[in-house]
Amino acid sequence: MFRKKGKLLAYLVMTALVLILAGCGEQAPGTSTGQEKVNLTGSGSSFVYPLLNQQIEEYRKQNSAITINYQSTGSGAGIKQVSEQTIDFGATDGPMTEDQLKAAKGGKILHIPLTLGAVAVTYNEPNLPKDLKIDPKVLADIFLGKITKWNDPKIAADNPDVSLPDSTITVAHRSDGSGTTYIFSDYLSRISSEWSSKVGKGTSLSWPAGLGGKGNAGVAGVIQQTTGSIGYLELAYAVQNNLPYARIKNKEGNWVAPSLQSTSAAAANATIPDDMRVSIVNAPGTDAYPIAGFAWALIYQDQTDKAKGTALVNFLNWAIHDGQALAEGLHYAKLPANLISREEELLKSITFQGQSLLK
Amino acid sequence: MSKQYKLTASLGDQILRLLTLSMAIGVLVLMVWMGWQMFDTARPSIQRFGLGFITSRVWDPVKEQFGALPFIYGTLVTSFLALLLAAPIGLGVAIFLNEMAESRFRAVVGFLVEMLAAIPSVVYGLWGIFVLAPWLKTTVEPGLAKWLGFIPLFQGTPVGFGMLAGGLILAVMILPTIAAISREVMAAVPNMQREAALALGATKWEMIRVAVLPYAKSGIMGGIMLGLGRALGETMAVTMVIGNRPDILASLFAPAYSMAAVIANEFTEATYDLYLSALVEIGLILFGITLVLNFFARLLVWSVGRGPKGGSIV
Repeated sequence: MFRKKGKLLAYLVMTALVLILAGCGEQAPGTSTGQEKVNLTGSGSSFVYPLLNQQIEEYRKQNSAITINYQSTGSGAGIKQVSEQTIDFGATDGPMTEDQLKAAKGGKILHIPLTLGAVAVTYNEPNLPKDLKIDPKVLADIFLGKITKWNDPKIAADNPDVSLPDSTITVAHRSDGSGTTYIFSDYLSRISSEWSSKVGKGTSLSWPAGLGGKGNAGVAGVIQQTTGSIGYLELAYAVQNNLPYARIKNKEGNWVAPSLQSTSAAAANATIPDDMRVSIVNAPGTDAYPIAGFAWALIYQDQTDKAKGTALVNFLNWAIHDGQALAEGLHYAKLPANLISREEELLKSITFQGQSLLK
Repeated sequence: MSKQYKLTASLGDQILRLLTLSMAIGVLVLMVWMGWQMFDTARPSIQRFGLGFITSRVWDPVKEQFGALPFIYGTLVTSFLALLLAAPIGLGVAIFLNEMAESRFRAVVGFLVEMLAAIPSVVYGLWGIFVLAPWLKTTVEPGLAKWLGFIPLFQGTPVGFGMLAGGLILAVMILPTIAAISREVMAAVPNMQREAALALGATKWEMIRVAVLPYAKSGIMGGIMLGLGRALGETMAVTMVIGNRPDILASLFAPAYSMAAVIANEFTEATYDLYLSALVEIGLILFGITLVLNFFARLLVWSVGRGPKGGSIV
């Protein structure tokens, strides 16, 4: 009996202690920094995840009161969740369509470019040089399944110095829905009317030819294991794995290899509308790499929670300015300077009860 | 005193009964609810495509055309291929371990076979990409094409990634299930059965055939069906080696696609409702196929179990 009582007492004391401690814990940051704790949640594009995650960590070091939780659920899920208002912000690497924007429950959604991605065309054929020249029309024909041999005269025409092997071309593509596929098919639709009418652009396609691999790793696996294969990968992935990638003829007629600089160049010379929803494939500019695209943050113009809205806008403003310093280390292209000032204007238009949140 | 004891015991029993009953009903409710939810989400696709969804071979998210036939085909072919390979091998492993191996050897090999079941499927997938597919492409498929090329199943260019790779990897994955369950049920065969057979002058094989297998057959069948269930639903390893191409081709070398794989691949980027709905409908069909196959498996186990020879265990 005595022992039981002792136990009960111990429980009571413990519970009281825990409660007191918890109380202290909650009070501490409020009193010490004078800032309210804010928790933001976001989800979407897996393409920007490594960069965004690094930016979030870095930002948290400077603003300990703000916790941001970003999940890489895929752009489609990001768009869906931001429309349903189950998250504070989304991220996508294909812009929302008019219908999707209309369906959003919290009013107008803004697209804020976070970074740029490029898609590299990579191949595995031991007899080919590391920087084969591929004409856009030829690229489309290969992925349409119309050019099936590496020594096809159309490939040879642009590579007179290379002795092309008589091997069969195996096309490899992403099988999972992905922004990389979106950018790549957006490009092929732009330069080939046949691709545009037969296949079109999207995160998943009905591919006329080839094998599907899951994720960048899956496509790279298929390419590495299949001699004579050709496929497309996120530039960062191709660089990190030291894969050869083709030079593509851009709009000005120059052969351009994908790089962080040539990707930024594509965005710098493209005509970008005020809502930022734009495709920058086949962009003008002598150095512009033609297969590139933006990744955007999705945020409601009219915020319903002042603390959250302020934190979010401040974070995004930081991400497009100081946060860009993290980009190149992670193989992301920097946003061009002329775009950043316009993005800032866009962020200033985000309001809570009519008041701009970005000071 | 004894009366009081009985009363409390039955009260406890009643509580236990209620508790376990609610758990059992909970599972049932969960299943019906899941089925309903899936049906509800799939409704736009069901209304739009009707039965054509099952017979159509077109899967084009850009043009909003969806048909499930290539996925159904890929799932069924790879699963049955896996079963065809894994069932005899699994049974052989079980017979050897149970009836022939020394006890120490039995413990080690038995443990290792069961370890196969513990390997995560993504690891199988990686092995598939880097070992199995290249080996199939350079060695197995050219060989099959050379010797058995007159059968359409073994025609076409060797690619490595395709239905053969999918079926093989599934076979390895379901092997431990079949082997372990077959072993369990064989171990449960009373030794008197074996002794009786041996006493009548049977050889080892005759003893296994006459005394062990008939006794254990319904359990073995159950193990095979469990394996089939796993093969039908397996996603990661299959998608990594099957080539992910929604096509229906006779050759086992050809790339294909499976139902579970397309759901996992395209679900996160399904950007409009009809697309999502079509993917959920594929899930619903997979759910249906699994239920139907399980039903037939039960029927099979039941009818085999009632056969004239031997007794039933499961």
